[in-house]
Order: sequence, then C-alpha cells, then structure tokens
Amino acid sequence: MPECKCCSKVYFKMVKCVLLEQLQHFVNQLTHSVASAHLVRLYDRYQALDKDNKGYLCPQDFGAIKELAMNPICDRIIGAFFTSGQEILDFPSFVRILAHFRPVDKNRPKEPNSPDPINSRSNKLKFAFQLYDQDKDGKISRHELLQVLRSMLEKQVTEEQLESIADRTIQEADLDRDDAISFEEFRKSLDKVNIDHKMSIRFLR
Amino acid sequence: MESYWFPFDNLLCMLLGISFTVWFTLLLVFIIVPAIFGVSFGIRRLYMNTLLKIFEWATLRMERGAKERNQQLYKSCSNGIIAKEPASLEQEIQEVRRSGSGLGGAEFDVSDIMFFCRRGVESIVDDEVTKRFSAEELESWNLLTRSNYNFHHISTRLTVLWGLGVLIRYGILLPLRVTLAFTGVGLLVFLTSVIGLLPNGEMKSFLSEKAHLMCYRICVRALTAIITYHDSENKPRNGGICVANHTSPIDVIILASDGCYAMVGQVHGGLMGVIQRAMVKACPHIWFERSEVKDRHLVAKRLSDHVADTSKLPILIFPEGTCINNTSVMMFKKGSFEIGCTVYPVAIKYDPRFGEAFWNSSKFGMVNYLLHMMSSWAIVCSVWYLPPMSREEGEDAVQFANRVKAAIARKGGLADLLWDGGLKREKVKDVFKEEQQKLYSKVLVGGGEDRSRS
Repeated sequence: MPECKCCSKVYFKMVKCVLLEQLQHFVNQLTHSVASAHLVRLYDRYQALDKDNKGYLCPQDFGAIKELAMNPICDRIIGAFFTSGQEILDFPSFVRILAHFRPVDKNRPKEPNSPDPINSRSNKLKFAFQLYDQDKDGKISRHELLQVLRSMLEKQVTEEQLESIADRTIQEADLDRDDAISFEEFRKSLDKVNIDHKMSIRFLR
Repeated sequence: MESYWFPFDNLLCMLLGISFTVWFTLLLVFIIVPAIFGVSFGIRRLYMNTLLKIFEWATLRMERGAKERNQQLYKSCSNGIIAKEPASLEQEIQEVRRSGSGLGGAEFDVSDIMFFCRRGVESIVDDEVTKRFSAEELESWNLLTRSNYNFHHISTRLTVLWGLGVLIRYGILLPLRVTLAFTGVGLLVFLTSVIGLLPNGEMKSFLSEKAHLMCYRICVRALTAIITYHDSENKPRNGGICVANHTSPIDVIILASDGCYAMVGQVHGGLMGVIQRAMVKACPHIWFERSEVKDRHLVAKRLSDHVADTSKLPILIFPEGTCINNTSVMMFKKGSFEIGCTVYPVAIKYDPRFGEAFWNSSKFGMVNYLLHMMSSWAIVCSVWYLPPMSREEGEDAVQFANRVKAAIARKGGLADLLWDGGLKREKVKDVFKEEQQKLYSKVLVGGGEDRSRS
C-alpha cells in the first residue's frame, strides 16, 4: 500500500474497480445478486469508515459513528461484526453481515436442496438471537436477558423491575422449563411477528 | 562556444522581458484595476459557462462509455442511500407487538431488540453526521481526478482533455493566482499599516474601508471566485452581528469583499499574525489571546462592547465553530446569540462542480488546502443576505440560535441538523444514549408512574 495519502487515494480507486468485479461474483453466490450499484455504495461507505486508510475496519471505526454510539446496544451490534474476538473486518465479511438485512426475496422459488439464503427469516432470527446470546451456548439465560434489559433501560427503571421483566419474559417463552430460552423457543414466540419488515434495510437507488 | 550562444541569449532575454510585460499589463488591466473600483468585465462568468459545457460533454462521454460496456455508472447520492423509517421508537415497537401477540401491550418482548438492531445497522450503512465531514460527491465529472469515481470509464479523448486541463490549471492558472494572492495580501498589510498612521476620524474609516475592499477583491480574483450576492438590501449594518454557515476559511474573503466587517478570532503567529496586526491598525477588529478564548465571560463582554459602539463595523462570526461540508448546517453555539443585539444571518452555498471548497482539516493542512483551491477551476458560490433577526420575548439563546440556523438552512438549500459540529473530533455525549433509553422505558413502563430520571 502506498505511503503518501494522495497516492493511496488513487490506489484505492483503482483497487476498487478491480475488487468490485471480483466481489460481484462472491456476493452473487451469497445472496443471489446484490445490485452492483449497492455494492459500490457499501464499498464507499466501508472506505469512509476506515478513516486511517488501514484497508480494514476495527471496532473503534464503528464506535466513531455518532448515531451508532448513542444506540443502547451498540456494543452488541459491533460484536456481531467482529466474531470470535477478531479485531479486523475485511470488506467481504462486512457485506456478509449486512446481507442479513436484505429484504426477503419472495419471488424466488425455494429450491429444496440449496442452503437457506443469508437473508432468510430463519437467519434473521438467528442474528437477533445472537445479540442476546453473547456466550454462544445456544440459549438465552436469565443473566444474558438481564444484561440486554440493563443496556436498553439502564437508569430509567429499578433493578427489581428489570428482574421482574426478565422473569416474566422467560416464563412466557420458556416451554421446556430449563430457565433459558433456546433458539426454537425464541423462534416460536416470534411466530406471528413480521420479521422481514423489522429486520430489513432497503436501498434507495 | 560562448559567442555561439550570445545572440540566442539576447533573444531569449528579450522574449522573456516582453512576455512578462504583457503578462503584467494584462494582470493590471483586467484584474487589479477592476478590483480597485469594484467592477467586473464578466470574463469570469464567460469562463464559468464554457467550463460547464465542457463538463456536460465529459459526463455524456463517460455515460456512453459505460453503456457500451454494459456497466452501471456510479452515481452519487447525498440524501442518503437507504430508506429510513421516520416512525418513532414508540410507534415501531407497538407495531411489532401488535402484529405478534395482537395485544400491543406495554410489556417487554424479545423482539424489541430488533428495533435497536436495525437502527444500529442502518447507521452503520449510512448516518447523517459522518458524511457531512467529507467532501460532497458530484453527479457529473469536472475533470479533476479528486472527484472521479468512474475511473475505468474514461476514453482516450477524455484523458487528453483531462491532461489539457491539468496543464492549464497548474501551468497557467496556479501561477497567476499565486501572484495575485501575494499581491492582495501584501497590499493589505501595506495599506492598512499606512492608514493606521492617520488620526482617528471619518477620513480614516473611509480610507480603511476602501483599502480593505480592494485587497479582498484582489484575493477573490486570486481564487477565481465567482460570487453572486442576493438581497443586498439586507446587508449587515453597524451595531449588529453577522452570522453565516462555515465551509472553509475562504468564507471570510467572500463576505468581506462585499462589505466591511470586524473580524473575530484568535491571535496567530507568523504570517497570519502579521496580517492581523496590520488590519487592526486601520479599523478595530477583535483578536483574542489564546488564554482569553476560554473565558466566555470576557469574550461576551468584548463582543457586546464592540456592538454597543455604533461607529464600529458589524462583527462577523461563524457559530458552527468548525468547517462543515456545505450540505448541511450544524448546531450553532449559543455564545453570539446571548449578546442581545440584531443578528444578520447570511447563507453561503458553494457550487461544487467547479472546485470543492470544503476544508477537511483532519485530512489536509492549510497549505495543501490552498493549493487545492488555487488549482481547481473556480470557486462558484451564492451569498444570500437574510433579513435581520432579533431575540423575541421568552426565547432563550439556544432557541434563537436554532431559529436563525433554520432560516439559513432554508435559504441556502442545506439540511438543518441538530448535531454539534464538534462531533467531528469528539465522542458522542452519553446524554444521547440516555435519551434513547428514556424513550424506550416510557414505552414499557407507560405514562403511569414516572420513574424516569429528570
């Protein structure tokens, strides 16, 4: 990578053109054609977030987004991008996570043997589930639920209220009485909710 | 050997001499003399229109090139790239609940996290603030590589044109502009020092006005700035404060070439310091020592003292406190609105097609920035003088500041944002996160018992 800033800018532009054509192919496999215009925008956004021109993103770059910093669960969302404690996020991984939020393509016929596309309802639910389940044991324990509630409400309610909310939620959703919410129980409790609408982001152009 | 070169040497010297003379005569006639008298030959407008035609042609060529290869041209979009729901936190959460359990009750549901999750990811893809601190993207190409995103669509013809553009900009325009800049600044320092020797009185103010105007006009031509002033009947008068949105240090030159203002700023060292000291000899400007800047009381007192004296010029202030990229207006600092005098708002909007005026101080230093400015095609901008505003009954400084900000944003066609321009460098205050938590707790706990912290 070139040393001086103006050279690296030109370099990035040239790299971008080559990279995008390769990426198109990769992303097509992932999500059945992200429009190339959207991909260009995402790549520009990726570069804009990479303020020091490192070539990759780190958690601090996300923390610098003001609107994200004021989100109560911002740490968890950032954690969703940086899986397994890694501090480096390259562009394909960036796109892969964001691909969860593509609107579900209702017109595509479901092929029986192909794997679920990354933006299927099931995968969206898994993404939301993982926001709760930070230790990745496949269950949302009472402790994990309390932590999420605490970050969403913090000083606004008392500790007892938080605990009572957590207890009530587990009571309603926990069907096998193991004092934790498994993914299946999670999915069942959200059976009638329009997940596609709530967990999708639409591009304007 | 030497005698062989002699005649050529002489000829060369003569040619150089003649070209320099011609050059300087043209400079004097077409630029400096009009600057002194404040008239314009209209050459710059002609230049601007010609450039526009060339840019249109360049963009069409690129589009055609892209179509031939069956690819999409990258098009910019400064209004946001994703569709954001304008619904509030409460509405959204109720909606999710209602569609689920059919109750819409005020109880926590595991799906509530999805709202925050989506909002968070939306802000990762596109947020309002980050894009205000980098230069605006252009729809068409203006033959500057720094604004071109469609690199591989350029044909040979375009490359040739671009090369020609580089030659003209760096070979002809840049030296011309640098000469003018030095002339303008040098004259300013010299004339204001001379005028400073006169005793205070009408003659001095009159001369100082003329000197300031002339030098700023030369500087305007040094940047090839093509400025359109609207509504000049609202120009700021003595005993008031002029506020404007801030995009670059050039804003000062643009406003000061049409009217006389008292500047406010920190005392600098070096060349800036020399200019500041010279300027203050001819007419009173307000320069603060670095230590005084922190003392808000002192600052306010000096400003109000200046404003109270109606023989002194109106003060020019940029309440945003930092440079924003001219697509929006950010939070105005309330200091200048507490003084309680008439405020004259001014909106400045740059046309980015000819040269990006925004100073990204975290990326470029001042010299680099000036070099960019002087090697662009031109700086084209519009200045609107808005009717004067005063603080109304029962309005505090912050509300007044927001009212002025909204008026400026509306007139200049800029987005009106509540965010603080200081966010360029600082972290978001926790108070914003608490606001979100407060809103969410209201949905859960309801309006019954008020447990939220005040």
